[in-house]
Amino acid sequence: MAGTQTERAHERRDEPGETAAEYLDRYGRMRLIRRFEEEIQRLFLKGEVHGTTHLSAGQEAVPVGVCSALEPDDYVAGTYRGHGHALAKGTDPEALAAEMLGRRTGVCGGRAGSMNVIDLAHGLVGCFGIVGGSIAAATGAGVSAQRQGKVAVAFFGDGASNQGYFHECLNWAQVYDLPIVYVCENNFYGEFTPMATVTAGGEIGIRAASFGMQSQVLDGNDLWAVREAALEAVHRARAGEGPTLLECQTYRHYGHSKSDPAKYRPPDEVERWLARDPLDLTRVRLLDMGLSEEDVAAKDAEMDAQIERVVENALAAPYPDPDQDSGTEFKR
Amino acid sequence: MSEQLEFRKAIRDALDEEIERDPSVVFFGEDVALAGGVFMTTPGLHEKHGPERVFDTPISELAMAGAAFGAAVTGLRPVIEIMFGDFMALPMDSLVNQAAKFWYVSNEQASVPLVVRSAVGAGGRFGAMHSQIHGTWYQGIPGIKVVGPSNPADAKGLLKSAIRDDNPVIFLEHKRLYSTKGPQPTEETVPLGKAAVVREGADITVVSALRGVRDALEAADELAEQGIDVEVVDIRSLRPLDHETVLESVAKTNRVMLLEEGPRVGGWAANLLGIIAAEGLEELDDAWILTTGDTPAPYSPTLEDAWLPAGAEVAAAVCERLGVAAAPS
Repeated sequence: MAGTQTERAHERRDEPGETAAEYLDRYGRMRLIRRFEEEIQRLFLKGEVHGTTHLSAGQEAVPVGVCSALEPDDYVAGTYRGHGHALAKGTDPEALAAEMLGRRTGVCGGRAGSMNVIDLAHGLVGCFGIVGGSIAAATGAGVSAQRQGKVAVAFFGDGASNQGYFHECLNWAQVYDLPIVYVCENNFYGEFTPMATVTAGGEIGIRAASFGMQSQVLDGNDLWAVREAALEAVHRARAGEGPTLLECQTYRHYGHSKSDPAKYRPPDEVERWLARDPLDLTRVRLLDMGLSEEDVAAKDAEMDAQIERVVENALAAPYPDPDQDSGTEFKR
Repeated sequence: MSEQLEFRKAIRDALDEEIERDPSVVFFGEDVALAGGVFMTTPGLHEKHGPERVFDTPISELAMAGAAFGAAVTGLRPVIEIMFGDFMALPMDSLVNQAAKFWYVSNEQASVPLVVRSAVGAGGRFGAMHSQIHGTWYQGIPGIKVVGPSNPADAKGLLKSAIRDDNPVIFLEHKRLYSTKGPQPTEETVPLGKAAVVREGADITVVSALRGVRDALEAADELAEQGIDVEVVDIRSLRPLDHETVLESVAKTNRVMLLEEGPRVGGWAANLLGIIAAEGLEELDDAWILTTGDTPAPYSPTLEDAWLPAGAEVAAAVCERLGVAAAPS
């Protein structure tokens, strides 16, 4: 199967000294995101999470692979499907869960909710409810990053590549050689509409060529492939050689948002992608690296216990008090 | 007496001094660096401060605003020039959904210190897509300040305040003010969110903004010859909107005319009139607004002059409303 081929192709190019233990930690982060999303879905159905949510289950290898190539003080901008972006960059899962639950202890005090999380302490300049917004935020962070020796990353979906933000900002970044990695999470559906029916040119990655920008189209469910491409792009950015576009092909396990059962996706397509679940692919690879089933199961149990604790604490946290927590329009 | 200050030089000097004063200030826009700005407001800044601090951009208003937003939340204090106010429809998503909301939604993790300067207003025969004032497009957005000067001293002081302010600020520069001159500033900065009584009077309050303040002052001189004592308030800031200064003035004069270069519905004048009615109705003997026509700005001089509320029309409107015969023109 195609995935195995890709994995083998990349196996020989692992960074020297990269241990199985390091990959086990990255796998653990993916498991944490998966369990987080499952809990958010459960809490949504119970009426504890309000409004809408956009879950990233199935896409975990992209943010985990990319963020594993970053320093803690590098910048990331995410999307409204951004829980994985935040968790991969280091946001405290309990503060993120509390945010989803509208609690005072949320990472944004309950003011942001699921779609608009900001966590500057971990370099997350924001998740954006408008398609393409993250591209602009990372471009601006790239302006600062260029002066600070840092790197900025934009996560965005296939739909965003048809926004003005994409075309204007990629041109901008290339003109100024900004240290940015543009990471397109192509999950093949813009909301409910198949990407191919509304996107000219077939691939998104190829669009970089019109700006003279480096790009790569890769298997976004392959943690090793994502990490390797990200390391290369981040290295180029830090060396002053400008931005890169990475098109990471992946698939969401849930619908677009809470109200979407995703009936527009052919069952055989769904089946094919579920068989390429990034967690399963990573698990197989970890065993190949010499880890035991028990090692992996222990990591699973550790993450599951953490999520259980996180959700319990977040649910016990107080709601914001309108008398104290309503805030001000402007910084004074 | 010191030399009079030209409005465009006030803008340039404010930028120059703030770029010099604070190493985190960067200034970028279309044609602002090598060319010095299409209204010649920024000559020499690029040469003096270098390409790291002052640079030209692609014609990409959305990317420009996004770049300013992202840079502002990561340590810089960007000032951008969106050449004509009409172009401010293009960067709106970044300014409205990103810059304006960040301070509040982030639970006050950080604010967004950026300034967006633009040339605005009609009367220059620029036609429908180069004559608008976008202040009211942004006035209803919590988290973003909207200010604009009517004279050179305020231009310098307000722009310096805007650059030092920790919040996003939309800065309006009326095209038909760039070549005007006025007294040098007496203070280093002018506070945002504060209206100014620019002429004291007892009979009626005229509130305006930008070029309209100049027109109101000219009308006031004319009306003085007929014994009508006009107080003129320069609102200076559309958000926050300083209605207190206006209410104080109305308490004294009991009559108010609001003069706006913009359409009657959805403008700042109608908004302010509502606040005056809600909070100062007992003080009011009369209140009305004078605006442009409801069409887009026309091109032909005869049409544009008729469309703009300016010149003799301002004084005539006061006379008519007060039941006084207008002076022969």
